Amino acid sequence: MQIHFVILISKQGKLRLTKWYSQYSAKERSRAIAELSCAILNRGPKLCNFVEWRGNKVVYRRYVSLYFCMCIDHDDNELEILEIIQHFVEILDRYFCGVCELDLIYNFHKAYYILDELVIAGELQESSKRVVTRLMDSLELLVEESKEKANTIRNVIAQVTK
Amino acid sequence: MLYIYMLCYDVDFGHMEAISLISAPKYPEKQVGYIVTSSLLNENHDFLRMVINTVRNDIIGRNETFQCLALTRVGNIGGREFAESLAPDVQRLLISSSCRPLVRKKAGLCLLRLYRKNVDVVNIDGWSDRMAQLLDERDLGVLTSVMSLFIALVSNNTEAYWNCLPKCVKILERLARNQDVPQEYTYYGIPSPWLQVKTVRALQYFPTIEDPNTRRSLFEVLQRILMGTDVVKYVNKNNASHAVMHLDPEKEMMSQCVALLGKFISVREPNIRYLGLENMTRMLLVADVQDIIKRHQAQIITSLKDPDISIRRRALDLLYAMCDITNAKDIAEELLQYLSTADFAMREELALKAAILAEKFAPDLSWYVDVNLQLIDKAGDFVSDDIWYRVVQFVTNNEDLQPYAAGKARDYLDKLALHETMVKVSAYILGEYSHLLARRPGCSPKEIFAIINDKLSTVSPPTIAILLSTYAEILMHTQPPDPELQEQVWAIFRKYESYIDVEIQQRAVEYFALSRKGAALVDISAEMPKFPERQSALLKKAEDTEVDSAEQSAIKLGSQQQMSNALVVTDQHPPSASVPVSQPGPVKVPSQNLEGSSPDQGMAKVNGTVDKIDTQPVPSADLLGDLLGPLAIEGPPGTTPSEEQNPISGYEASSNSTDALALSTITEESDSVQPIGNVADRFHALCLKDSGVPYEEDPYIQSHHGRLVLFMGNKNTSPFVSVRALILPPAHLKMELSMVPETIPPRAQVQWPLEVVNLRASRDVAVLDFSYKFGTIAVNIKLRLPAVLNKFLQPISVSAEEFFPQWKSLSGPPLKLQEVVRGVKPMPIPELANLFTNLQLAVTPGLDTNPNNLVASTTFFSDSTKAMLCLIRIETDPSDRTQLRLKELIKEYMISVPTASPVPTPSPAQLQRQPPPVGDPNDPGAMLAGLL
Repeated sequence: MQIHFVILISKQGKLRLTKWYSQYSAKERSRAIAELSCAILNRGPKLCNFVEWRGNKVVYRRYVSLYFCMCIDHDDNELEILEIIQHFVEILDRYFCGVCELDLIYNFHKAYYILDELVIAGELQESSKRVVTRLMDSLELLVEESKEKANTIRNVIAQVTK
Repeated sequence: MLYIYMLCYDVDFGHMEAISLISAPKYPEKQVGYIVTSSLLNENHDFLRMVINTVRNDIIGRNETFQCLALTRVGNIGGREFAESLAPDVQRLLISSSCRPLVRKKAGLCLLRLYRKNVDVVNIDGWSDRMAQLLDERDLGVLTSVMSLFIALVSNNTEAYWNCLPKCVKILERLARNQDVPQEYTYYGIPSPWLQVKTVRALQYFPTIEDPNTRRSLFEVLQRILMGTDVVKYVNKNNASHAVMHLDPEKEMMSQCVALLGKFISVREPNIRYLGLENMTRMLLVADVQDIIKRHQAQIITSLKDPDISIRRRALDLLYAMCDITNAKDIAEELLQYLSTADFAMREELALKAAILAEKFAPDLSWYVDVNLQLIDKAGDFVSDDIWYRVVQFVTNNEDLQPYAAGKARDYLDKLALHETMVKVSAYILGEYSHLLARRPGCSPKEIFAIINDKLSTVSPPTIAILLSTYAEILMHTQPPDPELQEQVWAIFRKYESYIDVEIQQRAVEYFALSRKGAALVDISAEMPKFPERQSALLKKAEDTEVDSAEQSAIKLGSQQQMSNALVVTDQHPPSASVPVSQPGPVKVPSQNLEGSSPDQGMAKVNGTVDKIDTQPVPSADLLGDLLGPLAIEGPPGTTPSEEQNPISGYEASSNSTDALALSTITEESDSVQPIGNVADRFHALCLKDSGVPYEEDPYIQSHHGRLVLFMGNKNTSPFVSVRALILPPAHLKMELSMVPETIPPRAQVQWPLEVVNLRASRDVAVLDFSYKFGTIAVNIKLRLPAVLNKFLQPISVSAEEFFPQWKSLSGPPLKLQEVVRGVKPMPIPELANLFTNLQLAVTPGLDTNPNNLVASTTFFSDSTKAMLCLIRIETDPSDRTQLRLKELIKEYMISVPTASPVPTPSPAQLQRQPPPVGDPNDPGAMLAGLL
């Protein structure tokens, strides 16, 4: 029915992003990550994108050095998830104008925001790229504005205290 | 901090700061606060409770961005408490037309999350209309979210949402025709594929559509999608799984689907191959397309050799599913061949599946033995014990097979490197049946012994034990005895007499001693009797796995039923020689007393002249009598009070006793409750028939996992003679009474241990027909034995996480039924709970949030079903009705049965329970219910 969790791992097995939609304890989380990165990183390039894992399925896709993995129920539609991954990556790409791993490392919070716009409660929320990017931009603006405001206030205070 | 977390360090500081950020007034701070909490904290985290209010303020606030943030957060980690406090607000947002689509779609998904956490947040009646409205939505983003919510709602309750069905079809139509879909929602040329998938999925939950118009348009759409699938890979899957549902009218479409899937599995792209295989398996479960799929058999078999393990697994599943009598031989042989090359991860599964197939579809028995022996030979380590036990069982039960199997086993033993399991089977079979081969060359007892003995040095203790038995048997079958052989065997026995393993040591000593006796040995090691026919452990395993994979989705449910039918059918196939899953016949319902105290009161009434109550509990035979004292105190409290009560003495006149009629039941750890109901029964029986006879009878009952001990005491001064006792067990119980002495001397007491095996569930009660002579008076009594269903229950407590999925996974008869009882005086919940505890059902308070409901669970043991889980839920309405839902979850398959809860009206005189309405008499659940 839904995505249980999303993880991004780099080729070296480093974790880049995790998001859990079902309830997992910290221990289960780290175990899942360890097991999956082991299983997925060892798979050859010509194999299919689905791995069975503890009665669930993990759909993964590799983009250069990053593996995007999403865990779903056994009877769920794998292709749907595969396309969600693709969709997510395209949005990231559009947002960062040519995304690379470093973007995700330094702007990890943005990646989270985008994921939040895309998927809520393990279900796809918005299937239009344009809507998501537009939204992200507007949020960005909001942040900028309030930063500026803060700066001006600080300036005012600074001037006054001088 | 998030960054630290990302790097996999444990972060357990700063949570507080994050939470305070949420309540900050500025956007960036709030944003950071939300994101941190939603990724760091688990939904049960204590801190989260503190923010419910802040979140709520955000949701009902005016600021849209704040609303979005809060909704996202709740959508991602909202728990139960959120569900309770926020649901109405979220609903309002979803429905309101003034909000932007952005907010509404978030609200939709957020509500979905809350709904998953707590089903009660969405009120069914009101929602179907609203849902229909929502499905008219133009914005595809909102529609996608709403559809997700819709799926969840529908999967729980299809009936309520019938009116939304045409809307779904319309959406699908709109998408398929690409009408009115904005450019931005077109994904690689397909209009919003995700929405399509979701819609089709929602449609799956409905049974076939009645309305011809809708159906036609749906059919058209599907046709169109199907057509479009050759090149585009995306949409295929939903068709396949969906078309399945509409298969009854659309036979032609099915074959189209399969043809398409056939194309898929031969494609080079691995993903598509994988999906093709998987969907074929799925279609097989539901539809009757076996013939069409069989055309692709060769292709599927090649997939077994695919480099990708995921694909190989699927192929294996598919092969397993498509197997029937016609192609079983090919497939099983293919599997065997593959077995020698398969990788380790899969071998066990493979071996198991091959064995199951062989058993289910074997065209003839020798083939079955062949396959299994080959299997053991090739897979060795991966063959579970069950498989070889089953082979042995088979051979033992089929006489024609014995020489053949023995010959085969002999041939295998010639091999140099032999797997240990193989040695076990061969040795066993040869031990039993080698004499059947004696005339063949190379099969004289001596030679066989030599071959087997070769292996002795290489095997592990359990196998050695089997080998020793084999020797003893060979020795026995050699008639006339061959002294040389005898010497050799004895030498071995003597050697193992001091072996470190006790089992082997014992065998060696015993066999040695026995074989010395010569002829006596013949009787002892006579051929094994036939095994009792029973369900194959393998099939059981197969069913297990099926139940495990059973899912809630509509397709699966249907298929599961089909599967279990299939299994029952195959059970009856001669080759599998197993009995169908036991279905007890119609049963009689004994009326029983129910209230904890009632039997005792009843007893007191009947027996007005109770002088003394002989509370003389005796623990089970092996525990011996020194526990008597303490146990007596622990005896059912109800017994003692009855002494004081003594109210009416209806039978006083007739029972001219200086002796007392006393009954007592004993409690012991596992069955701390007692035959309450039956004591009364027994008592009635006793009293009614024996009045006037000076005697005393003390049937002490000790039920201890199927062991009863009857105590017969004679308190009189003259002996009872010609004592006879006969047990008339009902079909579901196997009872063995040990020897009954002819006489019971005066002032003496005898014990009769009685072994009880519960074969399956039934409400019948065993009867003890007991007669004796006292002086010249012949007495005959029939007693009901308290070996009733609840004795075979063991309370088990189930946590909420376990209970509800199990509960929900069963829906509809015969899996789950329910019944509402009206017009009876309700029993207070605590009393019900008490009753349940007495009946060996573990009541789990607080599992259900509604205080008027009662949830209990227990495990039922019987020979045919082993342990199965029974779940019971009683829903009461404060007004006058009590509803009892009874559900059983059997290991192999699930049944749940509705029974009206018989709510007794406590009348002062007679606390007889209304005979429970018989549910489905075939269900163990009903039996259980009958007892309640």
